[in-house]
Amino acid sequence: MNAPVAPRLELTATIAFEAVPIDCAKEAVPPAGPRKARRLGRGDKVAFGWLLGPFLLLLAWTTGSAAGLIDARILPSPWATLATAVGLIGDGRLQANLAVSALRAGEGFAWGVLAGSMLGLVAGLSQLGDYAIDGLVQIKRSIPTLALIPLLVLWFGIGETMKVTVIAISVFIPMYIQLHTALRGVDVRRLELAETLGLSRWRFIRHVVLPGTVPGFMTGLRFGVMGAWLALVVVEQLNATSGIGYMINLARTYAQSDVILVGLVVYALLGLTSDAAVRWLEARVLVWRRTLAG
Amino acid sequence: MNAGSMSAADAPIVRVRALVRRFTLRGVLNGVDLDIRRGEFVALLGRSGSGKSTLLRALADLDHEAQGSGTIVTPERLSVVFQDARLLPWMRVLDNVVLGLKGPGARARARGLRALGEVELAERARSWPYELSGGEQQRVALARSLVRDPELLLADEPFGALDALTRLRMHALLGRLSAVHKPAVLLVTHDVDEAVALADRVVVLADGRLAADIAVPKGRDGRVGVVDAGALRRRLLALLGVTEFHESIPASMNEEKLTIEQ
Repeated sequence: MNAPVAPRLELTATIAFEAVPIDCAKEAVPPAGPRKARRLGRGDKVAFGWLLGPFLLLLAWTTGSAAGLIDARILPSPWATLATAVGLIGDGRLQANLAVSALRAGEGFAWGVLAGSMLGLVAGLSQLGDYAIDGLVQIKRSIPTLALIPLLVLWFGIGETMKVTVIAISVFIPMYIQLHTALRGVDVRRLELAETLGLSRWRFIRHVVLPGTVPGFMTGLRFGVMGAWLALVVVEQLNATSGIGYMINLARTYAQSDVILVGLVVYALLGLTSDAAVRWLEARVLVWRRTLAG
Repeated sequence: MNAGSMSAADAPIVRVRALVRRFTLRGVLNGVDLDIRRGEFVALLGRSGSGKSTLLRALADLDHEAQGSGTIVTPERLSVVFQDARLLPWMRVLDNVVLGLKGPGARARARGLRALGEVELAERARSWPYELSGGEQQRVALARSLVRDPELLLADEPFGALDALTRLRMHALLGRLSAVHKPAVLLVTHDVDEAVALADRVVVLADGRLAADIAVPKGRDGRVGVVDAGALRRRLLALLGVTEFHESIPASMNEEKLTIEQ
């Protein structure tokens, strides 16, 4: 009945959550009565339990820095890093670089989604389009996008065009693959239904085929977002004059590990925020789908 | 449903002659002849693998891949009910019902609501399919078929996936609706009781041909008498290769027999 279930991305946070053996002590209590069965589950879940791991890491970092066990040149203390972040925000450098990076990633992402959707639709809906496009994309897929950077630098120089192109290609591939797969995987039973209902080809595509590809499209978006940030990090190492990556590179030159840390935290926040945004969109678009998560 | 409808303009609206269907090597249908009159309710019985569904799919023109020969004449307005409801999960119930209707949206929706009312689900028009039980989903599928006002309703074991109680309620519903709308019905089933309760005529498919074509004797109230039903049931089961020793012997002795055989 359901559309082919696309592979779901698991956040590392979820994995950490499941691995934490909270409340194990309760399970260890011997059963009271003779009829009580031994519980073999992993223990009860606790809200925000996944924060335990990050909290322990933060605790180790703080105590290590306070006790002088961690060399500040290798890893500055949490409060020094925080002060650096406040300083970077205060003089506006963080916001300016963040804006440049976000715009860069956003532009590449938009082009990638557009191209991936258009070509995915053409290849998924017509056999001729499939022959014309899919072979090429499959060949491209076997070449990591980042390996194309030298060629793209020769073609487009080291400016914004090259950077946005690399990001767009990184987004294009998962978008295309997911959409194309979803379009080709239309359930034959739905095809039969449409035939017995006498649907026109257009109504068949609009009401039966396309809505069924939305889960695949959303999966493509989530992979695409990840691809965009990955590509952004790489292209910002290449002779950038602005952006979070530029800020980090500059900090490396002056051995400012606190600035590097702030940059990494910003990357993490960007990734988490955009993934949450796509999930939010997914929940809105896929209201008709019953999920285990409820 | 009722025998009275077999009067005047009763040229068959379904006409199958010398129908042969093959899949790869094995012949599935091997010369089937079948007529169904306007408004007639025909149950098609057969063991699993006997080709019941193949015949229905041939009538519905869904067997593009099959090789074969023969003539099939079916009416233009034709609906199919499958064993699974096949509702589109991204459409609300009412949109599923009116999916195949052409013409202005408002009128189609009014018709759809009426059809949903007939299967007693008008209040679920705005629900998503996943919110319905299996029986309710199948009722929506029935409404989707009837809203097209079909001359021929093809049903492929439509109640096969439902629990026994729901199935009985669905029998009553299908009986009522086919008496009101009077489409010709071909109901594919392996349930002898279902066939006897609902059909005007039962045909049995065996070895790729129709092995039997039996009219169901019905009283004035449209029901089958107990004696008739029992005799018919035994006859049909025999045709399907089931001997009925277990009905005359208490269950405990049945088990004993099984033990001895082991």
